[in-house]
Order: sequence, then C-alpha cells, then structure tokens
Amino acid sequence: MPATWIFLIVLALAAIGYVLGRGRALASAGGDSRHLHSLPSYYGANAALLAMVPALLVLVIWLFAQPLVIQNRVEHLVPETSYETEGELSLVMSDVRRIAEGLDLAVERGALSADEASDIRVEFTDIRERLGSVGVALGSDVQAPMLAAAKAWREMNATGNLIRSIAVVLVALGGFGLGLMRAEKDFRARNSVEKVIKGLLILAASLAILTTLGIVLSLLFNTIEFFRLYPALDFFFGTTWAPSFGGGSELGILPLLWGTFYISLIALAVAVPIGLFAAVYLSEYASPAVRSFAKPMIEVLAGIPTIVYGLFALLTVGPLLFQAFGPGTLGWMGGGRAVMTAGLVMGIMLIPFVSSLSDDIINAVPQAMRDGSLGLGATKSETVKQVVLPAALPGIVGAILLAASRAIGETMIVVLGAGAAARLSLNPFEAMTTVTAKIVSQLTGDADFASPEALVAFALGMTLFVITLGLNIFALWIVRKYREQYE
Amino acid sequence: MYDSPSLETKVTDKAIKIAAQNVQVFYGDTHAIKDVNVQIQDKTVTAFIGPSGCGKSTFLRCLNRMNDTIDICRVEGDILLDGEDIYDKRVDPVQLRAKVGMVFQKPNPFPKSIYDNIAYGPRIHGLAKSKADLDEIVERSLRRGAIWDEVKDRLHAPGTGLSGGQQQRLCIARAVATEPEVLLMDEPCSALDPIATGQVEELIDELRDSYSVVIVTHSMQQAARVSQKTAFFHLGNLVEYGETSQIFTNPVDSRTESYITGRIG
Repeated sequence: MPATWIFLIVLALAAIGYVLGRGRALASAGGDSRHLHSLPSYYGANAALLAMVPALLVLVIWLFAQPLVIQNRVEHLVPETSYETEGELSLVMSDVRRIAEGLDLAVERGALSADEASDIRVEFTDIRERLGSVGVALGSDVQAPMLAAAKAWREMNATGNLIRSIAVVLVALGGFGLGLMRAEKDFRARNSVEKVIKGLLILAASLAILTTLGIVLSLLFNTIEFFRLYPALDFFFGTTWAPSFGGGSELGILPLLWGTFYISLIALAVAVPIGLFAAVYLSEYASPAVRSFAKPMIEVLAGIPTIVYGLFALLTVGPLLFQAFGPGTLGWMGGGRAVMTAGLVMGIMLIPFVSSLSDDIINAVPQAMRDGSLGLGATKSETVKQVVLPAALPGIVGAILLAASRAIGETMIVVLGAGAAARLSLNPFEAMTTVTAKIVSQLTGDADFASPEALVAFALGMTLFVITLGLNIFALWIVRKYREQYE
Repeated sequence: MYDSPSLETKVTDKAIKIAAQNVQVFYGDTHAIKDVNVQIQDKTVTAFIGPSGCGKSTFLRCLNRMNDTIDICRVEGDILLDGEDIYDKRVDPVQLRAKVGMVFQKPNPFPKSIYDNIAYGPRIHGLAKSKADLDEIVERSLRRGAIWDEVKDRLHAPGTGLSGGQQQRLCIARAVATEPEVLLMDEPCSALDPIATGQVEELIDELRDSYSVVIVTHSMQQAARVSQKTAFFHLGNLVEYGETSQIFTNPVDSRTESYITGRIG
C-alpha cells in the first residue's frame, strides 16, 4: 500500500477519533458539557492527536529509514569484482535501484506481470529494452548479479512496505483506542492537548536546528575529504587560483578571499553612508506622510532578486563605468566587469538592509533622549549626531555587520558584474572574483566529486560559512548588548 | 498691557519673567489650552497644579517651544520672555531653549558619562573656552544639582548607572549647566521615591535664588512645599493663580477648592 494511502487512512482515523472522542466525553457527562473537565472539543482533539501524531511520526521515520536499511543489505549482494572504489559502488547501487524501480514501473504499466517481474532472467529477456519501453533508461546492459540485487531490492522493499503499512495503521489504531478510552469526564483533555501542542512546536524548532546541523556536517565531511587530497596550508595561504581538471591545480583561497573582501568593502562604502543617512532622514526628519511613502519604496529594493541586480551591473553600471574610466579617458578599466561595478551594485542592494534595520534601531531610542537634548537647546542635527546615533550605535554596527555578511555571501552580482578572474590586485577597476562565484564555477558542469577540483568547493563554502557565522554572531552579540541598555 | 487679572495685582515686588497673554493651544482639532493669561515672576518657584489632562504640561512646554516638535500642535496668543515674544519669527527656538531649560518627568540622562552629560549643553553652546573651564562648569553644575559629592569620584562612569533620584538630579544639573534664566520642570519627582523627592525639592528651593522655576506637579503637598505662587488648571483653563498660601488656604474659585480638598481631580 503506498504511503499516501496510509497517510489518508491515518487522517480518516483521526477525524473519526475526533467525533467519537467528543461524543463519548459528552455521553460520560450525561450530555451536559458543564460537567466535563475540558471543553468537549478537547476530548475530540485529544483522540485525534493520539491517533495521528505517533502514527505519522512512525511513517516519516520509516520512509527515511527503509531505503537506508535495504541499501545496506543489498550492497552485500553486489559482487566485489564489479567495483573498485566507494564511488563506483554507489554508481552500481544506483543502477540496481533504477532496475528495481523500473521493474516496479513495468508491472504497474502492465508491460510485465507481477510473476514475470520476479522471475525475469538476463538469459531470456533483454531487460534494458523492456524497461526502455516503459520509459526507464538504463546506462548499460543488465548483468546477472545486478539483476539479482535488484530483485532482492524489490522483495525487501515490498516486504518493508507491507510491514510499514501494518505498523503505522496499528499505531494509529492504538492511539485511536487510547484516545477514546480516555474520553470520559474526569480526564484532563485540555492539559494533555496542551502538552502535545508544545511537543509539536518543539519538533518544528528542532527540525530547523537539525537541518542547519546537517548542512554544516555535509560541508564538513567533504571539506575533510578535500584536505586529504590537497594540503590545507596550500589552500589557505596559496596566492594562485588555477584549477585544472586534468590535475596539478593550484587552489589557493587568498585571491578569492581578497576579491570577496574588496567587493564587500566597496559595497559597504556605498551602502553604509547612504543607508544610514536615509534612516536618519526617515526616522528623525521626515513627516509621517513622506515616511509612509518612502520607507516601503526603499524596502522595494530589498525585494529585487539579485540576478536582476546582476543584469543591472552587466548592462548599465559596467558600460557606464567603462565609459568614464575606460581606455577612452583614464584607461584604468579594461572592461565593464570590475570590482567597482559589482561593488557599486551590491552597495545599492544593501541600502535597504542598512536603512531599514538602522531605522528601527533609531526609532527604538527613547523620545526622552531627544527631548532632553532639544530641551537643552540643541538643534536637531546636534541631537542626532551626539545623542541619538551614539545611543543607537551598537545596533547600527549590528545592522552593518549583517549587511556585510550578506555582501560576502552574494554570488549573482559578482558573476555578472565582476568577472571570473581570480587575482590579487589593488586596482578596483580590474576584474576579480569571489569565493561564492568560484564555488558555482567549480560545481557546474560534469564534476567528479572525488577530485580536489570539485571538493574544493566545499572547503570554500566551509570557510565562507565560518566567516559569515563569525560576523553574524558578532553582530547579534552587539545588538544584544545594545538592548540591555534601556531595560 | 495686562487687561484682566485682579489676581496679578497681588503679585509682589519681583520682576515679571514670563508673561502669557490669551494663549490658546490646539492639538489638531482639540482645544487644549483656552485663553490662558499668567505672569511668572523671576526668582520664584511657580507651581502648576490640576487634574490629569488639564493642560498644565502642555502650557509648560509652550514656554520653551518644545511643542514645536509635535507636528499637529498649534499655539496662538503671546508669550513674552523679558518682554520679547518667544513665538516671534525672529526668535530661534534653539536659542530660546538654552535660556529656558527643561527637566522632564522621567530622568533621561544620555547614555554617556556623567561628565559628558553635564558638558553636553556647554559644549553645543560653546560656553567653555578651555578644558579647565569646562571642568569648572561641570563641577559647579553638579554642585548646584546637589549631586557633586555622590559622583565626584566617578565622573566618567555612565550616567545611566545612577539611581533614579541621582539621575534626576543629574538631569537638573545638566539643565543648569547651560545657565538658563528659567527652569521648567515637568513633574520632576513623579518617578522618584520619597527620599529622592525630598532631595530634589530641597534643590528646587535652592535654585530659586538664581532662576525662575516653573514646576508642574500632581502632588498638592509638593506644590505647597516648594512653590511661592500656584496656578490651578482645569480642562484647559487657568482657573486661579496667586500666592501659594492663599490658593491652599483661601481659594477664590470653587473649583480650586474642590480640587485641593480632593473632591474633583
């Protein structure tokens, strides 16, 4: 039975549980809901949750665990002669899987009967062709051991699915029964529903955290793998970035880090003053009418996809700069793609970040501070400069650091605006590239995930992650410190 | 010049510092202050009393044009400081506020050091010629604020780290540091405990030697303790203005009597 059906059955059980639980509870109180401990709907909800939540949890865990268990078992069936490395084994296994799924599909489509599918032999049938006819393309002809493995896979999968269906339905029925049994007037259904809700909320929060952890771990393992193939010292202190997929690459991160920081620096040099001044204007000077119009307008900038900014850099800002600083005039610039192009456009992208966050922070400075300063005969700009901004400074620094970590992680604008040349140069009108842009170029196309040229992407990603994480933690620490000041 | 008040004829020998004539204040469509005439004497503590929302704070804020910072607020009539109309176009509200200092309801020290809090006003107005000069102004102001002995060893600690009463005295010292001629106080003790209140009241009494002090208060006892003149506001009207002793012992208007005896308010 497919998982969807089980899911629907569980849902139906929960719905029935709700109605019956509610009814039973009411009946136990002689039809008068005032004699119940909780509102009748809580008894229903309790039965529904008991029927649904544990069963669905079992279902989800099973869906994840079953393929892993089967894979593990089937691996032993693949003869050791047919692969040499782990990578090849995983290729073989994915073939096995495809064959198994193909057979299932063929049965489903009526191209094979169920018996035929389990008795199929390489000697008598061209499996590749038969599967091709139902739309499953295989890379090579099917060998006997692989077919055997695929058959084992199918069998285990079928058994697993059957046990899964039975287990989930049993758990659901168990919960259903328990929920109904408890639905009598003295049971504190309200409290128990509360507990379940709390559990669900905790589950949601921990899923988010676990995902982050998973991302970090996947990065980490690949990074470790990379450092096994390529010396860490050369990676962190190498000044040349010259990957070649034939081998003998030089993978020094320094030119990329330099490009990243240079572009981010220019972006911040654009975004911080403009954003900050905009925030001061909006929060201190603008009339409510102007503010209610201008603030959303600035925030529209934050909603523009970065690829559009990239196009803007490529088609508008780059040529403009090239005209101004190109060979025709000053001759500083060799082409439209340059650190300056990407930096300027990225700066524009960051303006709403800085202005919106700073605006909130400036608004959080108590009015009493301003009154105190104005009451002493200070002008508005004196007040802003000497009282409001110092009071808001830690928060503003936090906002700037958040913008910085945005700038460091930005990719599209760099790819389109700054070019792809990894170099260490001080001239802001030269093309350079950043860590993120290089991650993209290392992983696009046919990447062999065992080579250092592909794995370096994970090391780059990990480095970037550590840097932005550090910046974010620093920013949050500063913001928190600021909050304590007025409490 | 002063058309109505028989009340003001009782005003004693001291010079008139602020004279308000037919002052009206509107918040949008709300008529918050109705036709107020009052003369505030130099070197005197004048108390504004009245129930919440009667307009006493609004009127106080008119005296140094703090209401200018509120967009929907409109002031009509004349307010004369030393005979000059402060709502005249040629008057710079910033200069005016340096002359008419203000202390607020809640202590609002800047998130700076104690020293910088006091030095703030003198610095923006260029009152100190040198560092030594500034040091002297700071010390003098803190002494006037009756807080010097408590903070002299930690002038560079943040002003926000002081206790509530100390903070309020710091704010008074801060206001005094710009050498104002009039000091406006908007319920300066409402956030303070009785001991701190006592200290601030003592201070107000001392400040009377040099300044004209106007204090808005909810506490009638406080008004009776610290002020020489009292004005009673009710629903935007100035109901009665006169010697404090007379207002509290022998009020002319029945509304004043009701308020000070606790029947309205």
